Amino acid sequence: MKIFEKFLNIDRRIIFLLILLGVAIPLIWTLGFNLEVTENVQSVYTMLEKIEPGTRILISFDYDPSTKPEIQPMALALMQQAFTLRLRIIATALWPMGVQMCNEAFEKVSAEYPNIEYGVDFINLGYKSGGMVTINHMAKDFRSTFPADAGGNPIDEFPIMKGIKNFDKIGCVISLSAGDPGLKQWVMIVHDTFGKPVAGGTTAVQAPTMLPYVNEQQQLVGLLGGLKGAAEYELLINKPGFATKGMDAQSVAHLIIILFILIGNIGYFATRKQKDNLKA
Amino acid sequence: MAILMDRIGIWIGVFLTFAIFSFLYKDNPFYKIAEQIFIGISAGYWFIYTIYNILIPNLFIPVTSDFTHNFILLIPAFLGILMLCRLIPSIDWVSRYALAVVIGTTAGLFFKRYLQSDVLNQLTATMLNPFASSNAVQIIGELILIIGTLTGIVYFFFSKKHEGAFGTTAKIGIYFLMVSFGAAFGYTVMARISLLIGRLNFLLGDWLGIIKP
Amino acid sequence: MLITFLVGALIIVSEFIPHKPFNNLSTSLEGWFLIISGFAIILGQLSLFKVNIIKIHRKAPNWPYFIIALVSFSVMVICGILWGTQQQPGLIPVSDKMLNFFGVKPFDYIFKYLFENLSATMFSLLAFFMASASYRAFRARSPESTLLLIAAVLVMLGRTTIGSTLTGWIPESLGFLHLPNIASFIMKYPNTAGQRAIMICAGLGVIGSSLRIILGIERSYLGGK
Repeated sequence: MKIFEKFLNIDRRIIFLLILLGVAIPLIWTLGFNLEVTENVQSVYTMLEKIEPGTRILISFDYDPSTKPEIQPMALALMQQAFTLRLRIIATALWPMGVQMCNEAFEKVSAEYPNIEYGVDFINLGYKSGGMVTINHMAKDFRSTFPADAGGNPIDEFPIMKGIKNFDKIGCVISLSAGDPGLKQWVMIVHDTFGKPVAGGTTAVQAPTMLPYVNEQQQLVGLLGGLKGAAEYELLINKPGFATKGMDAQSVAHLIIILFILIGNIGYFATRKQKDNLKA
Repeated sequence: MAILMDRIGIWIGVFLTFAIFSFLYKDNPFYKIAEQIFIGISAGYWFIYTIYNILIPNLFIPVTSDFTHNFILLIPAFLGILMLCRLIPSIDWVSRYALAVVIGTTAGLFFKRYLQSDVLNQLTATMLNPFASSNAVQIIGELILIIGTLTGIVYFFFSKKHEGAFGTTAKIGIYFLMVSFGAAFGYTVMARISLLIGRLNFLLGDWLGIIKP
Repeated sequence: MLITFLVGALIIVSEFIPHKPFNNLSTSLEGWFLIISGFAIILGQLSLFKVNIIKIHRKAPNWPYFIIALVSFSVMVICGILWGTQQQPGLIPVSDKMLNFFGVKPFDYIFKYLFENLSATMFSLLAFFMASASYRAFRARSPESTLLLIAAVLVMLGRTTIGSTLTGWIPESLGFLHLPNIASFIMKYPNTAGQRAIMICAGLGVIGSSLRIILGIERSYLGGK
């Protein structure tokens, strides 16, 4: 039984090292496991496919670099699909660093779509604080919430903003969200108050809390949860990227953690039995 | 030159990454330095973006370019300045007026939106007829959904002692909550590993060039 | 307290009477909220600056590190004001020489190479601690913790590609035993049930707190009891 006690008291830095290797090795030598698309991800894809070309959609970048590995691949995939479908994107941010995340994503995607023009097919309106209150204000008076784009240029100068006074002329809203304010607030205002379809991409931490909104009332049309959600979306648009590449590492790391849990529990029960015997 | 600065930037990034990872071994000055740089830059970024993206376009430009139509914006500007008075202990009480407007607006809106989205709509979404489906998995699932939601709500009702039939119902509610927490734990592991993948992608790709970033 | 009542009541009333003057007033209030919240953020940053200065002045433990935070904050603000950000011009026009040197504006250079790396690494540290905590604390001590553990393991397996591979051989008639399907089932039904119960109860809590604030029963935000 001493071996179990030894195992249970293993230096945590060994665990750290195993996790590091478990993630690093599959990144170098990929294993190529199968990837399956889930219903919630498919729903987001189908929603965009059904929107008429030329329609304006709103994507809100409600995250920062701390969750970039999970959410940026979603942003890239969604923008690629939208531009392929000739949808026009109005970008906003409820998190200040979302502005830069949006700029980085647009720079990367626009290189693949040379015909996309800023102000015509895409606009970055920048950051606004205030969360839910500001979204509600946007729905009543979009132009006074966003009098200018992120560069300070009046929005009247841009053809993409023509006729936008509220959410009426916006096909759908997609919030890429890492917390609060984010997807929850968009659902509460845009869908539940003004009846527009809302979809989202969130960190895996946030995904379970958002699932009750994916219901028959379609408070949320669909949800991309974490890196796996992003990888599934890359599969749908047939453009494998960072998320797809990371799936093998994710799998191996999960396996290692499950093994830790198993060993920990075996050790726990073995030592407990021994202690019970000693007491008896 | 830009390429050189890009490489230097990557090396700075690598240094900072290792400075933070060094905390895994033990707390040390490199970690503390990196932590303070993080706090400072983060605060500076918020400061600049709040000025450029909110105060200039939504306050200064409207007021200076068309004062007659926008002079009303001087009220929130005044309230905002009252808010800043919180920094001066002798007059920090004046910030309460601004706070009252903020809290009042938030409370009013939260009251309406949470009632609709998180209470009424969620209750509606639970009022399902599980037997409308011909799929056995779906029937079982929807039954679980209904029972789990109701028993979960019973668990959170603390005005009555959890005993007897009520206690048993609450106990079933706990089981559903535990499954939820387990699923949430699984997803949290997934999230944190994803962030580590991002970091190693930077180190192995952008820095060492072993993999394609 | 009176202001809170009037503002809160006006926002609620405007939902039921969406006509003048209620709708106009509530829209204006929401616009003001954006500006005041902007000032609140500035207050937060200045407060951090002030707290750090006090700590340095009083030579609090680890005070030299707070100088680094102050310097980082100041550098970021100065770069932002002088040369602007990626889209915003600053007080001084950015010369071609500077752009050729950095590739981007100084503010964006600091953001891209320092902040992005710091922020991403800070949160990725949790991967290691979660693994360690799983090993040491995740025990099947009771029926509740066993349920939690089983759900976590199934979700961890089912939400990765390895789950699909492990049970990919299962015939379609037994598809419900396929790990990704099990994980989806857990997420769609029992997880949603639990989360929905929390959501409804927390929602009721928010509604209660909002009413208490509007009616002046809850005053702690004003510094009272």
